[in-house]
Amino acid sequence: MANRIDAAAATAEGAATFRQVARDTIRFILKELKPKGRMLTPFNVMSGTIILLGIVLIAIRFAFGLSSVTNLSQNYPWGIWIGFDVVTGVAFAGGAYVLTFVVHILKFKKYEPIVRVTVLNGFLAYVFYAGALLLDLGRPWNVVNPIIGNSFGISSVLFLVAWHFLLYMICEFLEFSPAVAEWLNWKRVRRIVEGLTTGAVIFGITLSTLHQSGLGALFLLAPSKIHPLWYSHNIPVMFFVSSIFAGLSMVIIESTFTHRIFKDRIGHDLHAAHDGILLGLGKGAVGALFAYIFIKLIDFVHYKQWERLATSMGYWYLVEVVGFVLLPTALFLQAIRKRSVKMVRFTAFLTAVGVILNRLNVSVIAFKWYEPVRYYPSWMEIEVTMAIICMELWVFRWVINRMPVFGVHPAVEVEEKTARDMEVVEWKASVL
Amino acid sequence: MTISRRDFLKVAGMTGGVLLAGGRKPAQAAETARTGQEDVEFKGMLIDTTKCIGCRACEEACNEANKLPQPAVSLSSDSVFEKIRDTGPDAFTVVNRFPNEKEPDKPVFVRRQCMHCNQPACASACLTRAMEKTREAAVVYNKDRCMGCRYCMIACPFDVPKFQYNSPTPYVRKCIFCYERQQRGEQPACSEACPTGATLFGKKRDLLEIARTRIYAEPDKYVHHIYGEHEVGGTGWLFLSGVPLEKIGLNHIIKGEKETSHGEQD
Ligand code: SF4
Ligand code: SF4
Repeated sequence: MANRIDAAAATAEGAATFRQVARDTIRFILKELKPKGRMLTPFNVMSGTIILLGIVLIAIRFAFGLSSVTNLSQNYPWGIWIGFDVVTGVAFAGGAYVLTFVVHILKFKKYEPIVRVTVLNGFLAYVFYAGALLLDLGRPWNVVNPIIGNSFGISSVLFLVAWHFLLYMICEFLEFSPAVAEWLNWKRVRRIVEGLTTGAVIFGITLSTLHQSGLGALFLLAPSKIHPLWYSHNIPVMFFVSSIFAGLSMVIIESTFTHRIFKDRIGHDLHAAHDGILLGLGKGAVGALFAYIFIKLIDFVHYKQWERLATSMGYWYLVEVVGFVLLPTALFLQAIRKRSVKMVRFTAFLTAVGVILNRLNVSVIAFKWYEPVRYYPSWMEIEVTMAIICMELWVFRWVINRMPVFGVHPAVEVEEKTARDMEVVEWKASVL
Repeated sequence: MTISRRDFLKVAGMTGGVLLAGGRKPAQAAETARTGQEDVEFKGMLIDTTKCIGCRACEEACNEANKLPQPAVSLSSDSVFEKIRDTGPDAFTVVNRFPNEKEPDKPVFVRRQCMHCNQPACASACLTRAMEKTREAAVVYNKDRCMGCRYCMIACPFDVPKFQYNSPTPYVRKCIFCYERQQRGEQPACSEACPTGATLFGKKRDLLEIARTRIYAEPDKYVHHIYGEHEVGGTGWLFLSGVPLEKIGLNHIIKGEKETSHGEQD
């Protein structure tokens, strides 16, 4: 009897605490939602304008159809919203699965401090860039069709890719969720999600390898439309291997900038280890680049492409392969030998440009290269892409300034790093 | 977090297996399409370009049957042939004129529309099964399923599907071989309207026979090739020509295959 009363009292008390916690949490989140620091910084004004304009354009697009904003045509059904936002964006998000693999499976603990920020970046990249797909869909509300199962097109590569995107976003969110729990100070939840991350990590790596190559496999259905220098049965393998160095160079670039911009959010350990980490990432990228060059070479020899090199598309191909694959490989090697972090950074940048070139070539530039009237993006397509990048940056900054992403809990309130914001813009703009 | 390598391989192998199994489906899908052939015989269309007089009755009938606006240039006007036209969201078939080197005063007229491929790339691209190969050969479009991703347009080797870019609620549009008319036991609107028999509807097997007989009977009149018999794995619509195929815009696939010799459809 007495026990029961105790239990009842405990439940009541539990409910009361729960209510208290819930109220506190909501109050905490509301407080955190408010921007920190000055609002009217050059970066905020600029990116804010871009975002506002982007939203207007998106509204126009949904009100009047794709032709009101894009240069898409019957001949070019896919433009930069697919070729850049989705196909390239996802390649760059590859850093997350590579790093989780290296740290959690291969146990290279050295890279542990940057796993969280990389996963956060990967997650946001999927949400925003893969999310940009919705803008491009003619009937986005039907996007649920292949998900809820009223019409499964299982034979479609795109069907697999769509599912992978969705599942992978969930995985990455789970992987990042301990940071969210720490931020909210939910100790029990943290323990639970921590347990889930193991599965999420493994599942996420598998999903990634499959859909990185799946994105390439999309183009296998159009063999006669992609220039033979780019078309190959090996596109899926090439997309997968290049996503490794794409992801790694993006991690290098981004940690270079975050290190400067969010200096005071970064733990001492990470600061000390940073150079070593960047050099190590460079080594990883070189490995993947070599594998990539090897595949490209076999492909090239196998299909006897020599005569094609002397055409204008051939020169363009050489620019991509020599200038942005071979050259970065050589530079990375040099940088590692000289232990020059600066050079690693520069080379990572070069590599990233090469990946953009490659993805745009396969999906847009070498696609139907024979048409007399070619597609080029309208300024509005570019504007919307930039708006999406800015939105991602805002969310990224918001999270970094609140959650323990770099391994230290933010005990002190820090101002939004406004003065350095221009660098974020430069960084993302440089990637464009 | 601690993950042993064994755990990793276990889970990774499992997920990989499951997901790859999903990816292996295309082969099976193709099989069923082929076995479908046994139940109902594939229908087809034979276009004999030597018989076409460019009257565009097929265009008119098509637009009427599909409730499309009338052709932009009136049927009686020859000006429409001044430049090569493509099909569009509001024109599922168009007739084009090409010069005839053999007999300069007899230009060649060639129709363009969906070829109703045996193994349609559009349907294997479509992730919602909006594009679907029917047992009767027609490749139909279930508009309520479509999400407008336009992957079908990327995949179609003939660039047939067209998209309503001007609409906030767009659909993909193309010839569906008058599937509903066929279900009612009628023939497609265009072949019914064709006054010369240049567009001939029938069982695909019979049509191939007819085409071969025509080439055999008049070997000098015809190019010895039935366009669509083998192209992209065979198409439901077949073309006969008196002049080299590349002269009348039917080279597209042949050219594509030569240029990407490593990229045949498989
Ligand atoms: S011609 Fe194009 S649209 Fe028609 S069935 Fe073949 S792939 Fe599909
Ligand atoms: S646009 Fe529609 S019909 Fe074409 S592949 Fe996408 S969902 Fe299928």
